[in-house]
Parts: sequence; C-alpha cells; structure tokens
Amino acid sequence: MNLFLGILIGALTALFAPAAPAEDVAPDVLVKTVTEEVIAIIKQDKDIQTGNTKKSITLVEEKVLPHFNFTRMTALAMGVNWRKATPEQQQLLVEQFRTLLVRTYSTALSAYRNQVIDFKPLRAPAADADVVVRSEVKQSGTEPVSIDYSLEKTSGGWKVYDVTVGGVSLVTTYRDAFASEVRNAGIEGLIKALAEKNRKLETKAG
Amino acid sequence: MLLAAVLAGCASVSSPDPRDPWEGMNRATFEFNDAVDRAVLKPVAEGYRFVLPEIVRTGIRNFFSNLQDPWIALNQLLQGKVERALDDASRFLWNSTFGLGGVLDVATDMRLPKHNEDFGQTLAVWGVDSGPYFVIPILGPSTVRDAAGIVVATQAYLPWQLPKWLDFNNRVTWQWSLTGLDLVQTRANLLDATNLLEEAALDRYAFIRDAYFQRRRNLIYDGNPPPLPASDDKPAAVPNDPQTDAGAPAIEAAQREGPPATAQPGEAAPPFRLVEPQVPADASDALSNDAHAVAPAP
Repeated sequence: MNLFLGILIGALTALFAPAAPAEDVAPDVLVKTVTEEVIAIIKQDKDIQTGNTKKSITLVEEKVLPHFNFTRMTALAMGVNWRKATPEQQQLLVEQFRTLLVRTYSTALSAYRNQVIDFKPLRAPAADADVVVRSEVKQSGTEPVSIDYSLEKTSGGWKVYDVTVGGVSLVTTYRDAFASEVRNAGIEGLIKALAEKNRKLETKAG
Repeated sequence: MLLAAVLAGCASVSSPDPRDPWEGMNRATFEFNDAVDRAVLKPVAEGYRFVLPEIVRTGIRNFFSNLQDPWIALNQLLQGKVERALDDASRFLWNSTFGLGGVLDVATDMRLPKHNEDFGQTLAVWGVDSGPYFVIPILGPSTVRDAAGIVVATQAYLPWQLPKWLDFNNRVTWQWSLTGLDLVQTRANLLDATNLLEEAALDRYAFIRDAYFQRRRNLIYDGNPPPLPASDDKPAAVPNDPQTDAGAPAIEAAQREGPPATAQPGEAAPPFRLVEPQVPADASDALSNDAHAVAPAP
C-alpha cells in the first residue's frame, strides 16, 4: 500500500513538476542558463576574446540561435509591410535578417570583458505567455546597463523575439530602418540591401 | 563648401522623420563628425586602449565618472528625487575619500549604484519637449532640449571649476589636459559600441537617431518607461515559426486589434487608442528608489 502510494505520488510529481522536458524550463531560468553557459565558454576561449568571428558565430548558432524566433522578430521589424511581402520574400527577409543579427551578436560577445550580469526576479504572473526577462550588466564607474529579453511561449518552449539594451529595442530600431528602406526601394530593395550588407561583412571577416 | 554639403544633404532627404526636420543639416554634421572621428578621435582612443592596461583605464574612467556625481545629485534634486540625490552625494563622498579621489568606485560595492542623470533629462521631467533632433559638431547626437542641457552642464564640469579654487599656476593647461583626457577615455569606452553599430546598421545615421530617442526616453523614466501609445503599430498577423505555430488564436487576436494608430489617411481610425499610463505612478516608483528594491542581493 505504502509502496503504491509512493509510486502514485512519484508519478504525479513527475507529471506536474516543471523539471524534466526542455520546453518546460521557465523563461528566466532559460535566459540565465544560456547566458551563463555562453559566458563560461567565452571566458575560456582566447580566440573569441581576440575577435575570431567564425568561432563566435559558431557559438551563437549552437547555443543562442535555438532560443530565438527569427520569423516573429522579422515580422515585428517589418511592421505593416510584412503582410505585403510574398511568402518567398518573407523567407528571404528572415534568412538575411538572421544572418545579420547572428553576426552582430557574435561581435557583441567578443567585446565581453568580465562584466557581472545580474538577473532580476520575474515580475510576470506564471500563467503569462509573453514575458520580459530583465538583466543588468554591471561595470565599475558606469551605471548598470539593462538587457531585457522579450520571450513568448510556443509549443517548442520559450523563444526570444526582442532584445532591449539600455532601453533601445532591437526590433523597434530595425522597424524604422526597414520602413524607410521599403518606402524608398520596396521590399525587394530591402532584401537586396540586407544581402549587400551581409556580403560586405562576410568579405571584411575574410 | 559646407553650404553645398548641407544643400546636398537636404536634397537627398526623401522621407522625413517628423522628429528630424533638419535631417539635411544633421546628416552633413554627422558626416563631418564621422570624418573627424576617423581621422583623430578613434585612432587616439584605440591607441589609448592599446597602451594602457585595463586597470589603469578603469581608474581613469572612475575618476571622471566621480566628478560627475555632484551634478547628477543636483539633477536628482531638481527632479524631486531626494533619496537618489542623497545616494549620489554619498557616492561622491565615499569615492572621493576611500576611493582615493574617485579612482576606485567603492560606492557601487556599498550598494550605491551609479545613476545616469543630466540637465536634459531634468528639463524633460519638467515637461520640456525634446524639440527637433540635432547633431552637435564633435559631440554627436542630441536634441534641442538636450543640447541646451549640455550648455548648462558645461558650467558644472568640474575639471574647469576645481583649478580655479586651487589657483594653479598652470590652470589652463590642467583644464585642457583633463578635458582632452576625458574626451579620449569617453571615446575609448565607446569603441566596442561603435564597432558594433558599424556592423548592425543599414543606415548608420538613422540607426543612431532612432536609438538615441529610445535611449533618452528610457533614461528620462529611469529605466521604466510606460509603454508607447504607438506600440499597436505592430503587424496585424504575427506568424510563428512553422514548427511552433500557435495557430488561429494569435491571428484572431491580432485582427481584433484593428488598423495601426499610424494609419494612412483614408483608413479607418482605430477603435480605441492606448493612453499613456499616468506618470505619477512612475514618479513615485522612482522616488522610492526601486533600484534597491528590485536588485537581488548578491
């Protein structure tokens, strides 16, 4: 009887406890774990610290990329123009934007120098499907810089769809840039501009 | 010559941003600043970073940062944030004494974090509108309000004040050496950021301008800005990745949102308009110095 009860309780705990599957990880825990993992790798890797672009891009693609929803990011950055793009154009936009962001993110990582990152307790109710995980980068003699991650719950787990650094939202800033490019040269023009930008960065990295 | 550049700038502006009516002139100043930066400021800052070890650079950064704290404290007071003003004054006292003249930032370790305030933010809290975007020669992105703030702040710049009291024989030399060092160390601190910008931006001028407005808004509200009323200009249908498609509810909800607030003429007006949440709530938050409450104990 006791044994049966024990198994029953065990089974129920396994059902309701958020521990096991990856997609059930809480958003704040997810961001914190990934950040700490990436920082630990950078700290050990002299190549990344001295600006080895290929290595940091690999790091971003392996550790960070799976937790981002680039389609959502691109759609938000496109604003009303997203619906005007054909599915093929949408796919190209997502690809080019992803390439650009991965590269920028990689450069940002190689600039990391032992700053302390603090994570703040999650303020949203547990039932929310859209949360902001707040963190702060501390450095002596300057005010802490906030890094806020906007995440949404999907069937594949929590996915980041915007990053806001010191109050500057990635998506918002690109939204203005994309809108003006589309106004001047259309959606095809924006795709071309993004591809051109990526090609230049590629050749610069050699 | 300069006039020609300005006119050329004006001619190329095809879709003006309402916040940036002087885009032609601003772009010309931006190009000028960029040329000066590439020729002088950036190479000197790179040399500075290459020659001096990190610990020395941190000491110099702390020293100049400390000299700003009295002015920051005064701005807190002018904005009615007494507790923060006391914190910043304490920072200055601790760092100037136990921090060896500001070289060590001991106050941060005493849970007195650095704040970012200036007279432009104070004017904003008093209700002064930002005015048009304005790129200042050498100093860079600003607005009319923030530029006015900088003019006032020059009177409070301590490297120009201290030597007068002490009556150094070489006062002017000291003033300019300190100002020059401050400029170089500030630029050196921004090297990573500007390199990143070079990579990230399609149009660097517009990117910096848009980031500037977002950043200032964030600073004015001390990191907790109310949501923007225009935040409903997000796309009506936000698709998810094919494999993580949340399905109909998202689209349905999006359709209920109606057309964006920035609707083109002719389109139907949105059924409702988001109102900016009341400022007093935020102001009282700021007064209670939430930085201490929110930050987890290390």
